[in-house]
Amino acid sequence: METREMIYDVMDACLLAGKIMLQSGAETYRVEDTMTRIASSLGVELTHSYVTPTGIVFSVEGTRPAMTRLIRISNRTTDLKKVMQVNDVSRRISGGSIGLEEACSQLREIERSSETYGIWTQIMAAALASGCFTIMFLGGWPDFLPSLIAGGAGYYFVAFFHRLIPVKFFAEFVGAVVVCVVSLGFISFGLGNELDKIIIGAVMPLVPGLLITNAVRDLMAGHLVSGLSKGAEAFLTAFAIGSGVAVVLSLL
Amino acid sequence: MVFLEQLVTSFIASAAFVVLFNAPKEALLKCGLSGMLGWIVYFGLTYSGSGPIAGTLAASFLIAVISQVFAKRYKMPIIIFSVAGIIPLVPGGLAYDTMRNIVESDYNTAVALAVRASMLSGAIAVGLVFSEVINHVFRKPSINPGKMQQ
Repeated sequence: METREMIYDVMDACLLAGKIMLQSGAETYRVEDTMTRIASSLGVELTHSYVTPTGIVFSVEGTRPAMTRLIRISNRTTDLKKVMQVNDVSRRISGGSIGLEEACSQLREIERSSETYGIWTQIMAAALASGCFTIMFLGGWPDFLPSLIAGGAGYYFVAFFHRLIPVKFFAEFVGAVVVCVVSLGFISFGLGNELDKIIIGAVMPLVPGLLITNAVRDLMAGHLVSGLSKGAEAFLTAFAIGSGVAVVLSLL
Repeated sequence: MVFLEQLVTSFIASAAFVVLFNAPKEALLKCGLSGMLGWIVYFGLTYSGSGPIAGTLAASFLIAVISQVFAKRYKMPIIIFSVAGIIPLVPGGLAYDTMRNIVESDYNTAVALAVRASMLSGAIAVGLVFSEVINHVFRKPSINPGKMQQ
């Protein structure tokens, strides 16, 4: 039957998968679902998982006393590639094509890997998105270029300061200040017409729009703790950006 | 002409934005497509006089359906496509505006904007959830290991 050692190994795999998914921004219910699914495919039925944005509690019933483990999540980003990779591993475990050991080693590899786009690609993408958002919010084409450059600069400074000082609030605040200063600079040089449209387009890569929606979704799905804490995180980010812009505008 | 402009910019914006979320390269164009279709539904509805909430609801419903089709077809998690789709719809601009008004001590405007932002995020969430529910109802019930029947 199931030995305790084997159950511990299964729990390792489940927690690792859950940790990677949560750190990469997967939805709460999907993290719980994946962990339960991996456990039951590996032969451990009767599991409970409790997932919040800052930690996972995973418990296996069966041979008494029930085994429970906790894992702490401290930093969260959005990394859709890792979500996809963990999803693939989970699917292969369910399909029975890989066993416990191989699953563990694959998950560890996913955790270690950091295949991201280069920083300049990201900045260019942020700039392009900013410019396009200005047009989508019915700004005129003269506002496209200012927004493009302000958005790129803002994203660059957020990335730069985040590496320098690991306080998210501060990095976002500085990013918003940079966006506002650059936009004001363009306006005063006569490039661009509507300051508001330029700023809104340029801060779009920074604002927590996705977090807000995910928070509401979690609340609706009954994950009240996750929903509220994601909402708080979104509020803080929006506050940082709003105050960054407001500080510059009020200094005029 | 306005519509063409919106189609092109929303496609580029969605595809570029998911780069920031480190979406896999092979998914970028599909992400752009999902964002573009959702945005054009929203834009068309608001352009022809429906409120932004109805527009957002319809658009996010469509996005969820498209994402499910893509997810099944390309064997990727649904979140990749739905995130890309809802990016243009999420009230990020409103959230920023709300906070700017709070910091500038204009609380009345801020509260009004905050309520609008939360209504819009609610509409997005309802659209996504509604389509998932329909998907569950019409899909053949699969054999679900454990958990559900406890």
